[in-house]
Amino acid sequence: MTALIDSLRETGRPILIPYVTGGVTENWMDHVHAAVHAGADAVEIGIPFSDPVIDGPVIQAASVQALERGTTPDTVLRDLASYRGAVPLVVMTYYNLVHRYGHDAFARRLADVGVTGAVLADLPIEESAEWTETADASGVATVQIAAPSTPDGRLAEVCERSRGFVYAMGVMGVTGERAVLADSACAIARRAKAVTDKPVLVGVGVSTPENAATVAEHADGVIIGAPVMRRIAEGGSVRELVGRFRVALGG
Amino acid sequence: MSNLTMGPPTTRGYFGRFGGRFVPEPVVPACRELETAFTEAWADPAFRAELDHHLRHYAGRPSPVTDCRGLGAALGVRVLVKREDLNHTGSHKINNVLGQALLARRMGKRRVVAETGAGQHGVATATACALFGLECVVYMGEVDVARQRLNVERMELLGATVVPVTSGSRTLKDAVNEALRHWVAAVDDTHYCIGSVMGPHPYPWLVREFQRVIGEEARAQCADLLDGGTPTHVIACVGGGSNAAGTFAGFADTDAELIGVEAAGGAAIGSDLVGVVHGSKSMLLQDDAGQVLEAYSVSAGLDYPGIGPEHAHLSDIGRARYPSVTDGEVIEAVRVVSRTEGLIPALESAHAFAYLLREAGRAIPRGSTVLVTLSGRGDKDMEQISDLLAQRKESQ
Repeated sequence: MTALIDSLRETGRPILIPYVTGGVTENWMDHVHAAVHAGADAVEIGIPFSDPVIDGPVIQAASVQALERGTTPDTVLRDLASYRGAVPLVVMTYYNLVHRYGHDAFARRLADVGVTGAVLADLPIEESAEWTETADASGVATVQIAAPSTPDGRLAEVCERSRGFVYAMGVMGVTGERAVLADSACAIARRAKAVTDKPVLVGVGVSTPENAATVAEHADGVIIGAPVMRRIAEGGSVRELVGRFRVALGG
Repeated sequence: MSNLTMGPPTTRGYFGRFGGRFVPEPVVPACRELETAFTEAWADPAFRAELDHHLRHYAGRPSPVTDCRGLGAALGVRVLVKREDLNHTGSHKINNVLGQALLARRMGKRRVVAETGAGQHGVATATACALFGLECVVYMGEVDVARQRLNVERMELLGATVVPVTSGSRTLKDAVNEALRHWVAAVDDTHYCIGSVMGPHPYPWLVREFQRVIGEEARAQCADLLDGGTPTHVIACVGGGSNAAGTFAGFADTDAELIGVEAAGGAAIGSDLVGVVHGSKSMLLQDDAGQVLEAYSVSAGLDYPGIGPEHAHLSDIGRARYPSVTDGEVIEAVRVVSRTEGLIPALESAHAFAYLLREAGRAIPRGSTVLVTLSGRGDKDMEQISDLLAQRKESQ
């Protein structure tokens, strides 16, 4: 349970977690390794779902591409089993895939392939108790999401229930890059930090290395999804991109 | 849990093992706000009176029940038809949107976002927004935009912005996804006006309560026609299931057999698989991995892979059953009902008649008294109906 949180705390610098959609291309694991080599502190792996309601166009397109290649939770987890990197893996997906797989089987499978955390985008605290307990038993941390709209009292509860770290949404909206860093990105980080000792990472709308540096003044780190997936879609270097975020976050 | 069939859900929004609130965190506070607003409004006589006023003097309620003697004689059963096709905008959808528009105003929201399949809910939402001076954005699958062009033009004339959805199957399921995405970003000043008894708590409950008027009126109208009696069977079509939920709510405590008719290509309950999409746990068409499957139906309004959670519960406890009919049976029903009764049903509503035509004298014994909800009129479907009837003639 504490595996994820401990490894993130050990970094001693702002935490950087790039996101890669599992199965997006034949060689998608190369992108995971590239992110690790470029200095990622953990990698978030998206397990594609048919109806990704919190994802914007870039990650939607990656999900469609992955699904059209025949990607399933099992194929993603099978590919992850070969991962030998030094940093933890966290999966991000939607609850129906977990429900269909079965809580027990999914949690055990995650643990088997070395995944130490899970973000389920549409499983808020009201619905998550049963899954979280099962995941806890397998040593998989259930990361909860805090949003700019989450009121103070609820924010404390979200942080309390979160395992590993707190995923703070930087902007009210779907995943994707924004022209300007929203004020809400630093605000939600400050609010969450005020009520929890767990690492608070800001994701959604952290679009550039400069954004990341700004956010890191208030948060423990950032999660970058759409910039990475756009880079992959354009055939560019994930290592170069993640490297620039790493430099901005103090090497 | 409430022991009252079709009473309120649990505090967490469950009907038995179905329902709940499976949405991303950013919209959870808005769902809670809506739950509070609806609970207060529904208990507020002034709100009820205002809604009732609009239902009567704007939408044209009560809608009549027609005793369809020609059809009844041909089938050997008595056929009573609840005429939601006569409401303003041509379907039962207006009942729900007038309620939700008043709620939106009560909550101080100035914009409304909605999804639509056949366009009936979109047109109704655009209408209510025009009436109450609310901004309106409607998401509609590109496939449905093409097959329901007239409804797109109606919405635009009413001042709504119609956004064609090009993702996924480009039908109702994807329109819901896009409406949810829009809502996440605009939740501060925007109300999401869901068109059926689906979505996160409190929507399945709230929409059913706004549609309950169908069943309550029909109950009293049937009692008048049947010397205080009730029908033996109550039939309604089911996509998400709002007209069926509203109809059933009026008869849940009677002996009437409740029958919700699904499209064969979108039979969520027929699939017998529990799943979670668009905010609630219910029955859901999905593959082995849990990816949601696309529904296929001649009717855009029933092209939905899920079903409202309360229907899954009513099926679970055996209070209602959910058979399905084929597109071919539906077209035949449109023809028969038009010819014998002078009623052109919407393709969605024709599913209820298709079941009656198939099962009269079988699952529905001769001598039964059947209430069928005619949820909408078929004008919007005329082009498609003509094409389908022509195709059928050619293949004969």
